[in-house]
Amino acid sequence: MVTSSLLMHILNGLAYGMLLFMIAAGLSIIFGLMNVVNLAHGAFYLAGVYIAYSLVARHMGFWPSLLVSVAVVAILGVLVEKWLLERVYGRELEQVLLTFGLSFIFADLVEWIWGSSPLTLPVPEALDVSLNVGGMMFPAYRIFVILVGCLLAVLLWYIESKTRIGAIIRAGVDDREMLSALGININVVFTCMFAVGAALAGLSGVLGGPIMGMYVGIDAEILVSSLVIVVVGGLGTWKGAFIGAIVIGVVDTLGRVWFPSFTMAMVFLIMIAVLLMKPNGLFGRGAAA
Amino acid sequence: MLKLDRVHTYYGNSHILQGLSFEVPTGTCVALLGRNGAGKTTTIHSIAGLTPPRQGTIAYRDKSISGLPPHHIARLGIGLVPQGRRIFPSLTIRENLTVSARDSGDTEAGRKRWDLEAVYDLFPILKEREHNRGTQLSGGQQQMLAIGRALMTNPRFLLMDEPSEGLAPVIIEQVGEIIDRLKKTGLSILLVEQNLYLACSVADEVLVMNKGQVVWQGSPQELLANQDIQHQYLGV
Repeated sequence: MVTSSLLMHILNGLAYGMLLFMIAAGLSIIFGLMNVVNLAHGAFYLAGVYIAYSLVARHMGFWPSLLVSVAVVAILGVLVEKWLLERVYGRELEQVLLTFGLSFIFADLVEWIWGSSPLTLPVPEALDVSLNVGGMMFPAYRIFVILVGCLLAVLLWYIESKTRIGAIIRAGVDDREMLSALGININVVFTCMFAVGAALAGLSGVLGGPIMGMYVGIDAEILVSSLVIVVVGGLGTWKGAFIGAIVIGVVDTLGRVWFPSFTMAMVFLIMIAVLLMKPNGLFGRGAAA
Repeated sequence: MLKLDRVHTYYGNSHILQGLSFEVPTGTCVALLGRNGAGKTTTIHSIAGLTPPRQGTIAYRDKSISGLPPHHIARLGIGLVPQGRRIFPSLTIRENLTVSARDSGDTEAGRKRWDLEAVYDLFPILKEREHNRGTQLSGGQQQMLAIGRALMTNPRFLLMDEPSEGLAPVIIEQVGEIIDRLKKTGLSILLVEQNLYLACSVADEVLVMNKGQVVWQGSPQELLANQDIQHQYLGV
């Protein structure tokens, strides 16, 4: 009984970890490649889930809503990068101000359009069942989220390590200036990566809607956890984001069950422990030039 | 091929290039010598667009390139072999070569085309170790990788910034031979060097820089015979 409820909690933690992974992956690559700490990244999560909510409420169905919502968030990412962020590259203070300010604006917009009471996105019908896992019933939807997260990790790993696009991104994390002097238009790479990062955060939002619910403020919670993951996993790597997200997701979930008032402290203790042993994070390769 | 006309470049508030003018004729190798801080690397960076000049013009094949972004300049056919090689540490040797590989797109007769095979032909050691990280190579091999990486963009004009830096004398000789071979393929080269003998062995013309300007200009033989200039500007 104890082991099966432990299994439950671990599965819950994994599902939460996968949602965090989708956010942290984009955050980490944007951080590593563009040297931008995108504090507005949580806003893309918010945008994803709320847009999907409105579409589902208009009977669009969960899956089409997911696709449309992720696409809209990706476009939003392009607009933010092209119109705003591009003006402040290389100026960290302005970037922090800009992205922090954006996160407030987005949160207020969401509150203005959708109100401040918590909402939930319904679980898609096909997955609204429970599976028997080790003698206990576990929602199929959460298993689905874990699978999506793992698939995404494999896909991102493949792109990062086996394709020319991946090589360009890694080289960009190593030395952007050199890459541009070799004829790669780094601005296009930045815009694309920002859009992909935003789309991943939007996806996390839509998939997380039925699990986490939605309310203004969740963006900040999720952003803080994702930043911890980026620090733990190491800058600019998807592998680091994946492992970091699993660790933080599981620890956070188990912490909430066993010592609720101590959860956040545990998450940060892990971060401190990792930083003491590996200052660049588990899979980090040092600061980008 | 390349012409700088009264170029002024700044790093922040420091005025590094102070009205630099010179020319690299097509198919030649021009060496730029000078002490540390004379502005040699800034010259390379100004041409490549990494530190755009504030005044003056840089013309490449009779068109101004000052103010263009670095990737645009590179795509016009200017390859960079940077100081300190700047190999991408997260990439394998093969990826370092292919990441920015580009066909020049023109079909000019007599121009050598560089692809993976041609670069491996020139530097067989890179093929042997193509799946290793670039940073696992020795200094001389890393220099070959940096040269190969620039060649893979199929440039007409090569900027080489201190290729002999940190290398043993016998390896420096090899670098000289490589530069000779590249010249024979029709590449024009601007070579920045601290090593007087390497520069004089491969260059058609030598420029001596001091405080952001060209202070002396002549053939390698003239420079080797001129103790005053060597003493005054090169610290030999």
